[in-house]
Amino acid sequence: MGAERIETIEGRALPMRGEDIDTDRIMPARFLKSITFEGLEAHLFEDDRLAATRTGQVHPFDEPTYRGASIVLVNRNFGSGSSREHAPQGLRRLGIRAVIGESFAEIFFGNSLMIGLACVTAAARDIEALMALVERDPATQLRLDLRNGVCEAGSLTVSVSTPANVRDALMTGAWDTTGLLMDRYDEVNALASRLPYLSGFSSPQPS
Amino acid sequence: MGKTLLQKVWDLHTVRTLPTGQTQLFIGLHLIHEVTTPQAFDGLRERGWRVARPDRTFATVDHIVPTRQRQRPFLDLMAEDMIASLERNCRDFGIPLYDIGDDRQGIVHVIGPELGLTQPGLTIACGDSHTSTHGAFGAVAFGIGTSQVRDVLASQCLALEPLKVRRIRVTGRLPRGVYAKDVILTIIQRLGVSGGNGYAYEYAGDTIERMSMDERMTICNMSIEGGARVGYVNPDETTFTYIQGRPFAPQGDVFERATAWWRSIASDRDAVYDDDVEIRAGELTPVVTWGVNPGQSIGIDGTVPRAGGADQQATSDALTYMGLQAGQPIAGLKIDVAFIGSCTNGRLSDLREAARIVRGHHVAPHVKALVVPGSVAVQKAAEREGLDKTFRDAGFDWRDAGCSMCLGMNPDKLEGNQVCAASSNRNFKGRQGSPTGRTLLMSPAMVAAAALAGQVTDVRELVDEVPAGVR
Repeated sequence: MGAERIETIEGRALPMRGEDIDTDRIMPARFLKSITFEGLEAHLFEDDRLAATRTGQVHPFDEPTYRGASIVLVNRNFGSGSSREHAPQGLRRLGIRAVIGESFAEIFFGNSLMIGLACVTAAARDIEALMALVERDPATQLRLDLRNGVCEAGSLTVSVSTPANVRDALMTGAWDTTGLLMDRYDEVNALASRLPYLSGFSSPQPS
Repeated sequence: MGKTLLQKVWDLHTVRTLPTGQTQLFIGLHLIHEVTTPQAFDGLRERGWRVARPDRTFATVDHIVPTRQRQRPFLDLMAEDMIASLERNCRDFGIPLYDIGDDRQGIVHVIGPELGLTQPGLTIACGDSHTSTHGAFGAVAFGIGTSQVRDVLASQCLALEPLKVRRIRVTGRLPRGVYAKDVILTIIQRLGVSGGNGYAYEYAGDTIERMSMDERMTICNMSIEGGARVGYVNPDETTFTYIQGRPFAPQGDVFERATAWWRSIASDRDAVYDDDVEIRAGELTPVVTWGVNPGQSIGIDGTVPRAGGADQQATSDALTYMGLQAGQPIAGLKIDVAFIGSCTNGRLSDLREAARIVRGHHVAPHVKALVVPGSVAVQKAAEREGLDKTFRDAGFDWRDAGCSMCLGMNPDKLEGNQVCAASSNRNFKGRQGSPTGRTLLMSPAMVAAAALAGQVTDVRELVDEVPAGVR
């Protein structure tokens, strides 16, 4: 496998508070109207950022002290809704290598894995502790250690988890699955030829 | 011990367990469209790969297409670029494309079933989260991202984690004026927008069994709004009758063999579920969303909730965005736009029911109202019945087929902070194309009622006036 092995991710973090942040908010649909993923990083949370500016607030993705962060901290059900890969693509192209959250929507989680963006979960109180620490001191360096399932931030160490096979895929570089799936294509053909709907419904029925 | 449909279909399509521990799952049908595929085809070209099964891949255009003034090139040059890219990719890789001007064009989740491509027992993937719609036929169907589209194009397979199954039994008679849309909005409200994470939802019970395929599709379509990537209904006579005679349906003797197999893949009576939930249809009312996710909904008799408890921040944030006051009744809320259409509720029976409500009435003067058929086939069938005239006479725009105002990727968009009564599936912030636009999700009949009244209205007061129709 040619893909990068991802075992530890170090850098500063960006806290993005809120439950159920959907992919329409992460990457508004009008930016999907392109035949490439190039430049998507400029449009992350664009409408939320404009809304914040209008009310005199600074959105975390506009906050200069978080610029250059490698890790985003989120709450529950991050990335819900649309299957648009443009959302994790935008994050990855901004330089984000990992998202640590209470939970993730399933399609977002899968899309992130496909591009080597690690999504790991932590307990709500630990997320709150990490967010509070980073908000207090944005220069805090985090070190996410997938092998040992921990994230260290200053004097704070919290447990993080990710399904074992996802962790293994990241650590062995097997997250880019296309090669794996194309391997042993004879087995795929053999299975296809047994499927009733690809063989005139004359195949044996399932047990 | 019996198996669920999900387990049977999953086992049947499992090629092997990958070194990563994931399942390599064969995909029986791959549906593609213009928005989530250009980069996937680029990925194939970069690596010199072919499409593994162009015979199991079908394309159409829906997301970016205008619903009027469809002559090429499109006025929106970026949209033109996307459609031209799909045309080139389908030509180069030998994939059938139901393009603008083709009688088979339409929203991908409407045309798959219409053409008979969607059948029980298949695994179906598409770069769109509402692929769960096809589960209405007893298929295992899920939305994927662009890199996974590339995987399916190249290998006809996906690397996936197995799913648990939650059975949701809906029992009893639905009251008049309460529809499939109200059932699924209620399910999402009760189980939460992330309640289905890691699950497939199996919709069962006598209410579901009595539903038409259109109604079952509405239910399965919104599974993803409850966090469940997959939703399905066990196939039965209603399913087989719908499929029979469609262009890609098995013909003659083969159809008989097919139905025997389709029956066999339904969940066994003694199947074991990871979770079981019951919803009583008789208690349901028409539902309207008040917030910024599809779980934030109330019955038409209800009042907008107060911020409190665990969801305090989310509730107060949603109320601020929507410009609503806690405790305010949802009925009577003024609307600016009424949208009937989408993969959730853009099928013929949806249009018939909405037409039944608007016939002989007129849209309120301040409301912009549009009806967008889910496919050219729906459009033509509706026109044969004169539904286009009913809608036009009532002051609705009658449009050509596409995703339209569901998602803000084509010329149909909200402006400013307009409030839209919508038969679509998402009320996310900015979803309908204006960053401050506001969406109220409801059934197409409720949208029709709101369009006439100019405000959110209880459709049960209107359906009394007209003879019982399709239901």
